[in-house]
Amino acid sequence: MLDVNTFPAPERLAGLSKVPCASAAPVPETGVKPKISARDVCVFYSGKQALFDVDLDVMPNEVLSLIGPSGCGKSSLLRCFNRMNDTIDVCAVTGTITLDGQDIYDRSIDVVELRARVGMVFQKPNPFPKSIFENVAYGPRIHGMTKDKQELEELVVASLKRAGLFDEVANRLEDSGTSLSGGQQQRLCIARAIATQPEILLMDEPASALDPIATSIIEELIDELRENYAIVIVTHSMQQAARVSQKTAFFHMGKLIEKGDTEQIFTNPVDSKTQDYITGRIG
Amino acid sequence: MSQTPSPHIVQSYEDELAELVRLISEMGGMVELAIINSTMALVRVDHDLARKVAGDDKKVDDLQRLIDEKAVSMIARRQPMAADLRRIVASIHVATDLERIGDMAKNISRRTLRMSDKRMAAQLYSGVKHMSEMVLSQINKALDTVTSNDVEACVRVVRADDEVDALYMSLFREFLTYMMEDPRNITDCTHLLFCAKNLERAGDHATNIAEAAYYVETGGNLPSDLEAGIIEVS
Repeated sequence: MLDVNTFPAPERLAGLSKVPCASAAPVPETGVKPKISARDVCVFYSGKQALFDVDLDVMPNEVLSLIGPSGCGKSSLLRCFNRMNDTIDVCAVTGTITLDGQDIYDRSIDVVELRARVGMVFQKPNPFPKSIFENVAYGPRIHGMTKDKQELEELVVASLKRAGLFDEVANRLEDSGTSLSGGQQQRLCIARAIATQPEILLMDEPASALDPIATSIIEELIDELRENYAIVIVTHSMQQAARVSQKTAFFHMGKLIEKGDTEQIFTNPVDSKTQDYITGRIG
Repeated sequence: MSQTPSPHIVQSYEDELAELVRLISEMGGMVELAIINSTMALVRVDHDLARKVAGDDKKVDDLQRLIDEKAVSMIARRQPMAADLRRIVASIHVATDLERIGDMAKNISRRTLRMSDKRMAAQLYSGVKHMSEMVLSQINKALDTVTSNDVEACVRVVRADDEVDALYMSLFREFLTYMMEDPRNITDCTHLLFCAKNLERAGDHATNIAEAAYYVETGGNLPSDLEAGIIEVS
């Protein structure tokens, strides 16, 4: 069991009387500040609570897997990190989520700019019905990130290269994004997400619709992207979580049950609910 | 994770894990019998029994291979996690230790076959017989830990190995005395000393089995100072 007392409480928590439960205690790296900090986060849909008092940190250059059965709230939490839940009228979020110490639900925050900093890749590849080039160029263009066409082209090529797709599409950048295979489309979406040079990448089951080869390519990509980003990935595949992430958080019925090093979670979990879930037992 | 885990949703997975434990128990029974018979053959100078023990070791080896194959197959097909992964990996280790204990019994039997038909004086072999009983008890208790998930029992088995080691050292000194007393004892005592060493090694393998059971239950290893018998454990 993680002992909260061994970790220095973040200063911002000092004034709060509520003590986070031990299993949900963040595991801060010494001297490294988290990119994203979630504290007491609750999510409600039409008044029905879907997420309960989640405390979680996402550290830089770290892949964090969110695992748990369907409806456990992992995607809801993921969507809080770039305020995608704002698009759902009946959804309400309470608690605090900070990005580099700044409250992302503060009124002064520009949501469009936030989503440029916190990119997202979805379960189903969703390229725009535009050319491959335009799919990637769209974000940088609307954010005014490049000063001329040449710079934009360079950024598109660099993004496609980092997503491991450029070699396959180099001579057909004007073809429609939807003409690509499923695995290529997903990598195109990743290229699109990283083109705006985000600091964090959120991935909601990015490989669930892909074959094993395309999955391996995406997983290799995640490992490479970790050098520059913090990545949060929601996955139903235990093996994928075990392969790609350094930290894993297990959710059950809207509660964060356990968070820890991926190796520890998959070899020796502390909580019996985690054990039952990852070993395929009737909980 | 001390509470009894829920059953797997996939029944055949549950069955395969149970089969692995059953095979370990079966193999354990075979090596216990091998230790009993090898010692009996030694003290009675029963060459027929010694030959049977040496011959039966192949069955133990076959069972080890079967357990290995089943464990590897489960890792490949089921991708086990957490306690399941630990149990399957530990099964491979336990089967290896049991196979080595079987080898120790075979070594004792082969030595018996090289010894003369003449019965030894009871005072020479009584120490080895006692040691055999002690090691057998250790193997028995270690095998119990594999099924009982009793962490304290694992610790007790590991600690009790010190007594086996102490007995071996005392036998060593005893045989030395007999050999110095009468050089005609040298041949028998040398054979018996090797047999005692084989039993001492079998005791070490019993300890390994208890350590594997401890790992299955806790996910951790026994503290090294405990293994050395330095710290007190309740």
